[in-house]
Amino acid sequence: MNLTLRIWRQPGPDARGRMVAYQVADVSPDMSFLEVLDLLNERLTLDGAEPVAFDHDCREGICGACGLVINGVAHGPEKATTTCQLHMRHFRDGDTIDVEPWRARAFPVVRDLVVDRGALDRVIEAGGYVSAPTGSAPDAHALPVPKADADAAFEAATCIGCGACVAACPNGSAMLFTAAKVTHLGLLPQGQPERQSRVLDMVAAHDDAGFGGCTNTGECTAVCPKGIPLETIGQLNRDYLQASRRPARSRP
Amino acid sequence: MIGSPIEDTRAPDGPIETRWDRRRFEARLVNPANRRRLTVIVVGTGLAGASAAATLGEAGYRVRSYCYQDSPRRAHSIAAQGGINAAKNYRNDGDSVHRLFYDTVKGGDFRSRESNVHRLAQVSVEIIDQCVAQGVPFAREYGGLLDNRSFGGAQVSRTFYARGQTGQQLLLGAYQALARQVAAGTVEAFTRHEMLDLVVADGRARGIVVRDLVTGEVTTELADAVVLATGGYGNVFFLSTNAKGCNVTATWRAHRRGALFANPCFTQIHPTCIPQSGPHQSKLTLMSESLRNDGRVWVPARAGDGRPPGDIPEGERDYYLERMYPSFGNLVPRDIASRAAKNVCDEGRGVGPGGLGVYLDFADAIARLGRPAVEERYGNLFEMYQRITGEDPYEVPMRIYPAVHYTMGGLWVDYDLRSTIPGLFVIGEANFSDHGANRLGASALMQGLADGYFVLPNTINDYLADGPFPALSPSHPDVRSALSDVTDRVARLLAVDGDRTVDSFHRELGRIMWDHCGMERTDAGLRKAIEEIRALRQRFWTRVRVPSSAGLNQSLERAGRVADFFELAELMCLDALHRTESCGGHFRAESQTPDGEALRDDARFAYVAAWEWTGATPVLHREALTFDYVTPSQRSYK
Repeated sequence: MNLTLRIWRQPGPDARGRMVAYQVADVSPDMSFLEVLDLLNERLTLDGAEPVAFDHDCREGICGACGLVINGVAHGPEKATTTCQLHMRHFRDGDTIDVEPWRARAFPVVRDLVVDRGALDRVIEAGGYVSAPTGSAPDAHALPVPKADADAAFEAATCIGCGACVAACPNGSAMLFTAAKVTHLGLLPQGQPERQSRVLDMVAAHDDAGFGGCTNTGECTAVCPKGIPLETIGQLNRDYLQASRRPARSRP
Repeated sequence: MIGSPIEDTRAPDGPIETRWDRRRFEARLVNPANRRRLTVIVVGTGLAGASAAATLGEAGYRVRSYCYQDSPRRAHSIAAQGGINAAKNYRNDGDSVHRLFYDTVKGGDFRSRESNVHRLAQVSVEIIDQCVAQGVPFAREYGGLLDNRSFGGAQVSRTFYARGQTGQQLLLGAYQALARQVAAGTVEAFTRHEMLDLVVADGRARGIVVRDLVTGEVTTELADAVVLATGGYGNVFFLSTNAKGCNVTATWRAHRRGALFANPCFTQIHPTCIPQSGPHQSKLTLMSESLRNDGRVWVPARAGDGRPPGDIPEGERDYYLERMYPSFGNLVPRDIASRAAKNVCDEGRGVGPGGLGVYLDFADAIARLGRPAVEERYGNLFEMYQRITGEDPYEVPMRIYPAVHYTMGGLWVDYDLRSTIPGLFVIGEANFSDHGANRLGASALMQGLADGYFVLPNTINDYLADGPFPALSPSHPDVRSALSDVTDRVARLLAVDGDRTVDSFHRELGRIMWDHCGMERTDAGLRKAIEEIRALRQRFWTRVRVPSSAGLNQSLERAGRVADFFELAELMCLDALHRTESCGGHFRAESQTPDGEALRDDARFAYVAAWEWTGATPVLHREALTFDYVTPSQRSYK
């Protein structure tokens, strides 16, 4: 296959960026999207040009490092697929493909396609955990968890923190990301003691980090590579409402 | 060159069941008020690093945590699929701490330390409790209790799992514990920072040299102790199941500063990976070996049979694992399954592109259990396979082929996880300690968390009880020279300005290693490899081109890692060459039983090979292994 990639190039956070077109020849349909960028970078390096910076690591769809807006869609055209798992058999010979970084106020561009997603860590630090110091745990079977709850918690916990939900949201909101953690921990008995403070603290940190508010557009779930459903945000809203109606001192 | 033997591993003596308890009691403690005055650097945020940093933070130490990724949550432990072992015996199927200990020593082909492995088996039980308390959503049964499955090489069900994403769920548990400590102010987390050297001052590890990957700035960070949790070095093969960024630099630089490197040739080649699709391949993807619980491995009985799998009748298929190993069948340990796949492919019976693949067939499981049950167990793995290959494994058998997956070798540590440099501790895959010559499935997660949550936070106290160590000035000659070594090296890499890319060298190195230091090793092949590696390394330093962009420079990051892989590769080949026996994942063609199984030579090689860096020929220090509880035997899975 022969392709034209139009790629966002931006030398640094404060520099102006622009789309630059590159011809890439001899692309195999079995290549992953990132392998095409590898191919391009090999050539750019030998030509004495600056290779395209992009984040990636595991290349098997689980670490959440990669993330490109491909033809206007976060992670590209395939449903429930991260950029690293997107293969070129889904494109046609001669295609022109636009490649851009995540664009959101909370994710400043570092260089080219690399953005700073540290804001997501700030949200987890605000309460996305169970306070269980090492060594203090009772036997694992002390507290049975209904299978349906465990399964639903697991589904929410599969979020890989890639930030596609933020990139897709017209408001730049990370509410799906936040809700996934609130739901995961809120469904388990271990998560109950901090359930209400968790949701309030995480949402406050979310807003402080520069993410926008949620207006139930649903673009986030459409691009989520793990298929985290919109109802997760409904769960967060219920928890948030309940928690905010209780006076602070009686709040778990 | 042979150096002095290693006499002291600090392992307590007495009955093996009580050794860990006694060590914990004997280890000196650090007064909580003093802990605040002690700084510990933890490099790496995988299962071992994140759990250690969180636990040390909870204990009150000042912790500085470093990772090269943009978030601690992305460390490659996240990709572990299958599960985590623990001797809970929730299934009442005869499991016990002793059986897990026994299986691990045997599975490691009698090249690990009994004391360490027994401690691992003891601690395994607490890990599950800890993770459940954190909210790790393990798979459960309808009664609400935890589900277990059996896993490669084990005849009991002791593996806890979270669908095919156990590593992800455990790592998020550890990451969240770490995040809690960051919020509490006990841990400071530095992301996109890569350790490029170790600072050893006045004989103690006192800090690291790091490069801020965003600004390009190189600085020294000082502390009272340094913990390396930087994972394995499988990427020396270029193609492996490791993440692209996994590298040996942190441990290799510590090795060059005086830490012994143990058993570098012990590499695990995992039998169930997706075969290469072409020369563009940038990494390999593992399919959890839990698939072998229900999938049946086969190839056509006749060489050169090019028919599609569905057209090959039952009688013309060779379910070779079931045929050769009737009692373990498709569940034989990884090293055995991998070599068997290589052998049938060498016979011309491989399937798929280049004949480098075997079938893993779920037709029987789907007929027996129904598609929904198979989907419930393996759904995400099947989807992943289909995304990568474009084939539907519910309809046609998967194709699999072995790939480099894990490295049992690593920096030498004693029972307390101390390296040979005082103040430098090594945990998780980065050390060599528990898996001998072959790691059992679902034991990597167990070891990473055992080291990070329970072992290191106890043993490090004994060292820190002597601290705080005298304040170190950044102008101390040892600190300055570590810093200038790094900046000089970066400058050298940028100055070559040759005509080949970093990746082209890395691919070529990987090919040499796969051909000569992979699943089968020979004297002649290893000697050839060493020559080729030396020649290639010379070309690298004269012909590599690294763009000199300021700030974020991903080519420069890769170049430094590949430069260290060259040095490691040579040591791996040397280690493989000197160990003329076969054991576990190390298969020397010259040492096999009449049936083609690995043949150990306990009289000559029942030792850990710990290599000392000299700048010239490495010096071998031997640590003799003794077996008082498990009698070494020829492994048999027939």
